[in-house]
Amino acid sequence: MSNAVSALQGEAYAGFATITEQGLRGMITLRGDLASAPLKKAVKALTGLGVPSTRGCVLSDSHGVAWMSPDELLILCPYAKAEAGVAELSKALAGQHFLAANMSDARAVFAISGEGARDVIAKLAPVDMALDAFTAGEIRRTRLAQAPAAFWLRDAETIEVMCFRSQAEYVFELLKRAAQPGTETGLF
Amino acid sequence: MSTRLGTGGRLIDRATSVGFEFNGRKLKGFKGDTLASALLGADQMLVGRSFKYHRPRGIVAAGPEEPNALMNLGRDGHFEPNARATTTEVFDGLTATSQNHWPSLEMDVGVVNNYAARFMPAGFYYKTFIHPRAAWKHLFEPFIRKAAGLGKAPKGRDADTYEHLYVFADVLIVGGGVAGLQAALAAGRSGKKVLLLEQTAHWGGRAPVDGAVIDGMDADAWINNTVQTLENMENVTLRTRCMGAGVYDHGYALGYERLGDHLAPTTLPRHRLWRIRAKQIITATGALERPLSFAGNDIPGVMLAASLRDYVVNYGVSAGDRTVVVTNNDDAYRTALALKKAGLEVPVILDARPEGGGALMEDCRALGIRVETGKGISSVKGGKRVESVSICAQAGEGAVLEEITCDAVAMSGGWSPVVHLWSHCGGKLIWDAAQAHFRPDHDRPPLGADGAGFVSVVGAANGQMSTGDCLSDAHQRAQAVIKTIGGKASREVAAKAADEPMAPMAAVWKMPQGAVYKLRSKTWLDYQNDVKVSDVQLAAQEGFESVEHTKRYTTLGMATDQGKLSNINGLAILADSLNDEIPKVGTTTFRPPYHPISMGSIAGEASRELFQPVDKTPLHGWGEENGAEWEPVGHWRRAYCYKRSGESIENAVNREVKAVRESLGLLDASTLGKIIVKGPDAGRFLDMMYTNMMSNLKPGKCRYGLMCSENGFLSDDGVVARLDDDTWLCHTTTGGASRIHAHLEEWLQTEWWDWKVYTANVTEQYAQIAVVGPNARKVLEKLGGMDVSKEALGFMEWKEGQIGGFDARAFRISFSGELSYEIAVPASQGRAFWDALWEAGHEFNVTAYGTECLHILRAEKGFIMIGDETDGTVIPQDLGLHWALSKKKDDYLGKRAQQRDHMTDPNRWKLVGLETVDGSVIPDGAYAVAEGENENGQRETQGRVTSTYYSANLERGIAMGLVLNGPDRMGEVISFPKLDGSDVKVKIVDPVFYDREGEKQNV
Repeated sequence: MSNAVSALQGEAYAGFATITEQGLRGMITLRGDLASAPLKKAVKALTGLGVPSTRGCVLSDSHGVAWMSPDELLILCPYAKAEAGVAELSKALAGQHFLAANMSDARAVFAISGEGARDVIAKLAPVDMALDAFTAGEIRRTRLAQAPAAFWLRDAETIEVMCFRSQAEYVFELLKRAAQPGTETGLF
Repeated sequence: MSTRLGTGGRLIDRATSVGFEFNGRKLKGFKGDTLASALLGADQMLVGRSFKYHRPRGIVAAGPEEPNALMNLGRDGHFEPNARATTTEVFDGLTATSQNHWPSLEMDVGVVNNYAARFMPAGFYYKTFIHPRAAWKHLFEPFIRKAAGLGKAPKGRDADTYEHLYVFADVLIVGGGVAGLQAALAAGRSGKKVLLLEQTAHWGGRAPVDGAVIDGMDADAWINNTVQTLENMENVTLRTRCMGAGVYDHGYALGYERLGDHLAPTTLPRHRLWRIRAKQIITATGALERPLSFAGNDIPGVMLAASLRDYVVNYGVSAGDRTVVVTNNDDAYRTALALKKAGLEVPVILDARPEGGGALMEDCRALGIRVETGKGISSVKGGKRVESVSICAQAGEGAVLEEITCDAVAMSGGWSPVVHLWSHCGGKLIWDAAQAHFRPDHDRPPLGADGAGFVSVVGAANGQMSTGDCLSDAHQRAQAVIKTIGGKASREVAAKAADEPMAPMAAVWKMPQGAVYKLRSKTWLDYQNDVKVSDVQLAAQEGFESVEHTKRYTTLGMATDQGKLSNINGLAILADSLNDEIPKVGTTTFRPPYHPISMGSIAGEASRELFQPVDKTPLHGWGEENGAEWEPVGHWRRAYCYKRSGESIENAVNREVKAVRESLGLLDASTLGKIIVKGPDAGRFLDMMYTNMMSNLKPGKCRYGLMCSENGFLSDDGVVARLDDDTWLCHTTTGGASRIHAHLEEWLQTEWWDWKVYTANVTEQYAQIAVVGPNARKVLEKLGGMDVSKEALGFMEWKEGQIGGFDARAFRISFSGELSYEIAVPASQGRAFWDALWEAGHEFNVTAYGTECLHILRAEKGFIMIGDETDGTVIPQDLGLHWALSKKKDDYLGKRAQQRDHMTDPNRWKLVGLETVDGSVIPDGAYAVAEGENENGQRETQGRVTSTYYSANLERGIAMGLVLNGPDRMGEVISFPKLDGSDVKVKIVDPVFYDREGEKQNV
C-alpha cells in the first residue's frame, strides 16, 4: 500500500479556521436492513459501535458509523483495514441481503478546526449550523456549494468533511475561501 | 444653493473628512455621509439627466426610493453602474460619475428631446419605430439605446468576490426602525431565535429625525438602550447594512449584506447573500413618502419633505436657504420646524387641505411661518435649479395667485407603506381611504406549507402613522407571531410614545385639482422613466385599462426604482382617467428584490476557478505534466490528446492513433461509470434495465449491454461484468454514471420496491487504465503477477489478482478493436500504477492517448458512441444493434415502445459507414440531400453524419451516419453539401472500416 496517496496529500490552510486534508481514510458503504440483528451485530463486531439512528453518527478514535439513508451506513475505519472489513462484513452477513463495498479511495476528507469551523460550513451548505441544531453525534449529507458532501463533528471545534476524491481540489478551494480571515460571520 | 450647515448632523463625524471624486471633480464630505448628502453638502444638486427627455435631475429622496441620483461607481474591475447615491456610503477615494448625458452633465445634447416632448408621448417608441421592421434592429434600436440609457454595463471581469451564508431563525425581522426594534424585543424575550436585519448602517429609522419621544426618552436614547438590550440576548442576532431583499415560499428569504461597499476595495467579499429559512417573518419596513404631482416637480431642488428634513437633521446639510413646503398631510410641517430650527427660511407652507393641519400647523404658525391652506403649487420655475414657485388654489385650474422666490421645495403627498416583502409571496393589500394608501390585509397573508400565514407586517409598513401606534402594533403582532410557533409571549408591554394629534390627510393626486394640459404635461409621475401625468391619461384614453398594460405601455414603474415613488400616484391618475376607484384598478405585481442587489452576490463563490466543480481523475496530474489538451466531459476533464512539445493537436491525435494500432497505448478510462448491482433479484432487475440478457452471464464473464428509456430510445451503453452469483458490475458512459445510477434507483424505489436489489456507485473508487495494442499483453507480463494469457483471461472475461504488485481487476474488453485490457486499481494507487505501466512500456514505445484517438479507433471499428450516434431520438434498431435486443425476455425497458409503428417504420434512417470518394473528411453535422424540396422550400434530406474523423491508419476520412434505407444501398454514392457551397461525394459502406473479422482483439 506504499503507493497509495490521498487526493491532496495532507495539504493545509490556516485561515480563521484551519483546513487540513486528512490523508487516506478507510470507508465502507454498507447497505442492508439497518434494524436487523445480524447487521447490527456485524457492525458492532467490526467497529465496536452501534448502528446510529436517522442522521446519526457514532465515532470512536479508530472507527465510526454514520447513517446515510434508511438502508445505508457509512463505516469509517483505518485505511489499511477497509478491504478486510468488507470481507469480514460479507462473511458475517452471508445469506442476508446486503451490499458492502470499499469506498476508501473514492473520497477525500478534510478537517475544519478552530472556533470558526461552523462559519465555514454555514457559507457553503444549506444546513443550520447553530450549536443546538448541529451537535456531536450527527451527520449531514448535503452539498458544499455545488459539490456533494457530508460532515460530522469530530470534537467541539473540529468538523470533518467528506467529498468525492475527484472534487477534492474544488472543495479545498471552497473551504479556503470561506475561511479567509476577515470574513467571520459572527453567528456561532 | 445646497450647503453644509455650521452645526448638526447626527450621523456624520465632522472631525473626519473624506475625499471623493464626482465627475472628475475632487470633493469633500464627512465620515457617515451618504454620497447624496456629501454631494448636497458640496452644492451638487444636479446629479443626472432623465431617461427620455434628458431633463436635469436632482436628488429627491434620502433612501432606496431615490429615482434620480444613479451613479457609476468605481473603476475598472470595481466599476458598478446604477448605484443610488442615497444608499451609498461615502469613503475616502470613492469615485462616482453621473449617468445618461452626453457630452457632460451640465451641457447635454439630448436635452433637445425635452423641447420635442410634446411629440414623444406614451408609446412614442412603439408607434414611431415600428416600420420598416428591419430598421428597428439596425437603425432605431442602436440610436435609442445610446440616447436613452442609464448606467453602462461593466466591460471587464468583476474584480470583487462574493459569498453566501445559510442562516436559520425562528423569526426573521426585516427593518431596524423603532417598530422592528420593538418587535425584536417582544420576540427576543420569548427565547426564540430572532434575526433582525437593517438595510442602513444605523438603527432606529426616522424616529430620531421626527423627534419622537419614547418611554420618556429621546428616540436616540431609547434606540441605543434597546439595541444594547437586544445585543445582550443570546438568541437575537442583529445586523446592519443587511437588507431583507425578498421573501419566497416556505419562509425562505434573502438578506443582502453589504460588507465592503462603505470601504475602499479589499480582497474580502464585497457582498454576502444571506439565504434565510425562518419559521415566521415580520416585516417592519416603514413607509415611503409620495411626491405631489404639480408642474415642474422634477426640477432639481424639489425634494420629498421628509428626505429634505433627513439631510438637515442627519447630515447637517440644507437643500436651500428658502424652502417652500407643500403638503396634503401634517407630517411635512415637521420639515418646516426642522428648517426653522436650523436657522433656514420657510417663506410659506402650502397645505392643499382647506382646513389645514393640526397641532404641528399651530406650532409652525407660532414660529411665525406663513401657512396657506387650500393652496398648492401651479408650477415650479427653474432649469437646473428651483428659482421660484407660483401659488394657486388647489381647487382651481392653476391660475397664479402669487409668485414666491425660493431655491428648494419640500413636498409631501402622503405615505405609502412598504408592502413589498409582504406581497412578494402573495400577501394581499387593502385600500385605506383615510390614509390614501394600500396596506397589508392581514386576513390574506402569504401562506406557508401548512396553509397558515408566515409573514406579518408591523409599524408604518402596516399603515401605522404615529410612533406610539407603530410600537404597540409591533409589540402585539410580534407576540402573536411567537405564539404561532409555539413560543410563550413575555409579560412585558410595548414602549410608549406620546403622539401629537394629527389632522386627517387629504388625497391629492393632481395639483391643482383641475390642472390644464400645459401643466399636466410637465407634471412628472415617474422621474426615472420620464412618465408624466399626461402620459398615463393618454394611455387610458387609448384603451390601456389594466394597470399592468398601462405600466408596460408608459413604462411607469419599470425603471430600477420599480416605481417606489410613482406607482400609487400613477394608478390614482389611471383610476381617475377610467372613472374607477383606486382599489378596483389595483396595483402592479411586487417582485423581489426590494432594491437591486448585485449579480455577484447571487453567484456567490461561483466564479473563476469555483465557477463549477471540475472533477479530476487520479491521473489528471500526469496529464497536466504531459501536454494534455483538456476537454470537458460532464464535470470531468478528460485529455483530448497529449501534445508533445511543438506538436499541433491534429498531429498529436494522428500520432496517437497510429501508435496504439502499431504497438501500445494507455488511456485514462477512470471516468467510466461503475455501478455495483447486488442481491437475489439483481439478475432479473438487470434484465429489465438492459435490452439484452444479463441474468445468464457467467461469473468471470463480461457482456456489452444497451439501456433504453421507457420510450425506447437508446440512453446508455457499457460492459457488464458478473462478479459473483448475486453481484454484477455495470460500466456506464462517462457522462452517464450519476444519471444511470439515479435511473436504476428510481426504478428500484418506485416500481420494483419489493425486489431485493442494492446498488452502489463505485465510479471513483477505481482508477481504470486501458492498456491497448499488440504489445498490451507483453507490458502486463513484464510487470508480472496475474496470468493474462489468452487461455487464462480470454476476450470478454475478467479476473482479479495482482499486476506489478498492485491489487487489480483486469477486464479483457476492447473499444478499439485491438488486444486490450482495462485494469482497475484503487484510485489512491492509480498514479503509481500508471507510472509503472509507463516505465515498463518504454521499450514498446508506449503512448498515452486521449479521447479523440479513442473516438477514431472506435469509429474505425464501427462502434457506436452514446451522444454521437444517439441523440435521444435513436433506437438500437436504427443502429443495427438487433443482436443486443433479447428475444428471450418477456420485457425490458423500451421494448413496448420499440414496437410502435413509428419505431418499426422501414423509412427510419439507419446506420451505415460513409466513405468520401476523394478521401476528404465530411464536415461534422452535415446532411445528405435528396431530390426535391419540402413544404418550407428547403431541400429534402436523406441522411446525416453522426461521427466523422480523419483516420491516420487508413489515411482517409471515415464517417458513420444515419441514412434512409442505408443498409440496402451499399456502394451507392450520395452527396453532402458543405458550408462553402460545394458538395462532398460519399459512398455508402459497411460501418466497420478496420479488421472486420475482429481477429486483432481476440488474440
